[in-house]
Amino acid sequence: MKVEAKILLSLGLFFGLMVAVYWNWGHENAGSVMMFAGMLLGFLPGAYYYWWSRRMKPRPEDDPNATQAQGAGVVGAFPGTSIWPFTLGMGSFFTVLALVFGIWLLVPGLALVIWALFGGVAESRRGGKV
Amino acid sequence: MVDILEHPVSAHDLPEPPHEHHGPTGILKWITTTDHKVIGLSYTVTAVIMMVIGGAFAEIIRAQLASPNGTLVSLAQYNELFTMHGSVMIYLFAGPFAFGALANIIVPIQIGAPDMAYPRLNALSYWLYLTGAITMLSGFFTAGGAANFGWVAYAPLSNSLNTPGAGADLWIGGLLLTGFSAIFTGVNLVATIFYLRAPGMTMFRMPIFTWNMLVTAILILLAFPVLTAGLIMLYADRHFGTHIFSVAGGGVPVLWQHIFWFWGHPEVYILALPFFGMVTEILAVFSRKPVFGYKGMIFATLSIAALSLGVWAHHMFTTGVVLLPFFSIMSLLIAVPTGIKIFNWIGTMWRGEVWFSAAMLMAIGFVITFLIGGLTGIYLASPPLDFFTHDTYFVVAHFHSVVMALVLAGMAGLYYWGPKFTGYLLDERIGKIQFWFLFIGTQVFTLPLYLLGLRGMPRRMAIYPHDPQWKFLNDVSTLGAVLIGVSTILFVVNVVVSWKKHPAGDNPWDGQTLEWFTTSPPPHHNFYRLPVIRSERPTWDYNHPEHRAIPHAPAAAKAESEPVR
Repeated sequence: MKVEAKILLSLGLFFGLMVAVYWNWGHENAGSVMMFAGMLLGFLPGAYYYWWSRRMKPRPEDDPNATQAQGAGVVGAFPGTSIWPFTLGMGSFFTVLALVFGIWLLVPGLALVIWALFGGVAESRRGGKV
Repeated sequence: MVDILEHPVSAHDLPEPPHEHHGPTGILKWITTTDHKVIGLSYTVTAVIMMVIGGAFAEIIRAQLASPNGTLVSLAQYNELFTMHGSVMIYLFAGPFAFGALANIIVPIQIGAPDMAYPRLNALSYWLYLTGAITMLSGFFTAGGAANFGWVAYAPLSNSLNTPGAGADLWIGGLLLTGFSAIFTGVNLVATIFYLRAPGMTMFRMPIFTWNMLVTAILILLAFPVLTAGLIMLYADRHFGTHIFSVAGGGVPVLWQHIFWFWGHPEVYILALPFFGMVTEILAVFSRKPVFGYKGMIFATLSIAALSLGVWAHHMFTTGVVLLPFFSIMSLLIAVPTGIKIFNWIGTMWRGEVWFSAAMLMAIGFVITFLIGGLTGIYLASPPLDFFTHDTYFVVAHFHSVVMALVLAGMAGLYYWGPKFTGYLLDERIGKIQFWFLFIGTQVFTLPLYLLGLRGMPRRMAIYPHDPQWKFLNDVSTLGAVLIGVSTILFVVNVVVSWKKHPAGDNPWDGQTLEWFTTSPPPHHNFYRLPVIRSERPTWDYNHPEHRAIPHAPAAAKAESEPVR
């Protein structure tokens, strides 16, 4: 987990340096804001990973001498087949078309989106062991 | 229906169990699947169709430019064609082909994972991509035609006054859908690579392709939300009366360029890095050697990605409102890690047992073509040179050298990994003929465009003055485009001719990474068993114990044989 954390933290550090240089040199707002946000995208998850990496035992995938048996066991319970991504995709499609062809398309669009969200959540609950 | 996913156990522990998966078939399978391989295959087919559509637009454009006052299409149609050619190729082909198609199929297998981390999100990504593509292309069927403001949609050309009509709105809507699709794929790839690696597959043992996909996914997460936000602002300007990009209401048109290129330049590397990864794998496998400078390659990838986020305004040098030295220095710096990569690619082939298969030829063709595109990029990073070449065919030539190199790499990827996910080899002889058409066609197509640019021909013109020099160079370039078209037809012919003809076997190329350890095509959860992972090429170590050169090997493995380098 440490390597993952370091990648994200170094991204944050890079953006931190960049935004300092760029803002002081160019005084340009748009780019500075975007790079500041980029810095946060590095530091926030990076700090979380780093915090965890110091508190947990190395996982089998972090151990250079791990055997496959160490990783044996359940990885998770995943949905095998599901209609809900398709339903949500079609709902999003109609919602976007409503931007172009008229507000009435929001009715089928949002109906499909809401139906898919409920259906997807119910499917996960039935799965139980996720 | 819920599948309990378990890690397979060691290769030595278990005989191959009969592990059949029972699920829906036919169209219902296509609609309901959450298997990364099926989704990846859907992405592959859709993206290749998009390449053919975008390529057809390109052929019409080149046919129009074959004579100075071409009358094949009207001026308005020409604007639609070059806009949609760029949009289809960038948004709907190159990106989704890399991170939706090949990465989706290959990354989980390369790290020994049973599937992507979020299978349903993965399926949603595909549906958003497909509907986004349909939305964008449906502009051609509206009264005003498709979007016609160039693939960059600069304000104020893209406002509702200068570009009215549904085509432009469909373009925005299609991009919103494909943008979310890309973001979800990015999330999925990062989570998969961080959490689903097999035991022993440490970060610094991951194949270079997987590394590049991780970096690409992080770039997607940084860049795509900015574009999506920009598109919503653009739509609001067009329909809700806001003035974010219009001077009249106190807005700033150049803000669009900042937002667009803050996405747009990392996007270049979102397109390129996956293909760099593919080529690295292919050069190593077909040279029978490990990747030369493995860690150097990873740090080069990380530096390219980081630098790519600080160079966006080199597309805006001529606006006069950007910090020229900053963006010039940052852009020039990218040449250093890119140079390391090219050095390492040559180092990988150096003194190897090179096998000139179709995939290898395409990969070498990529390195040469990308070098041309990369070096001309260094010219453009210099503001004094850029002022003269901006908006000329020199720029068009530069990025077509780059993207055609990526097409070569993508073809290499299909010849190399196609047998893994279809179970059948493509015909090598047709593949090699296709390579020569594609490689020579690319150079004949792009090299005259550099000269055209230096002689002052602006881009995005449907007609041009009757100048014998311009005419000749345009004709040569059109010939190149025809050769590229023939190569695409040859690829389709190859798929048809070798359909289910030459069974590939599990490991036709004597591959090095985990995907070559499982069957072709892989079973439902990818692996029946896994080898011990002690280096960045576990399959090679398993198949060639005599060549094992493993830094972290346990004493027993070392005692088995003397490591040979």
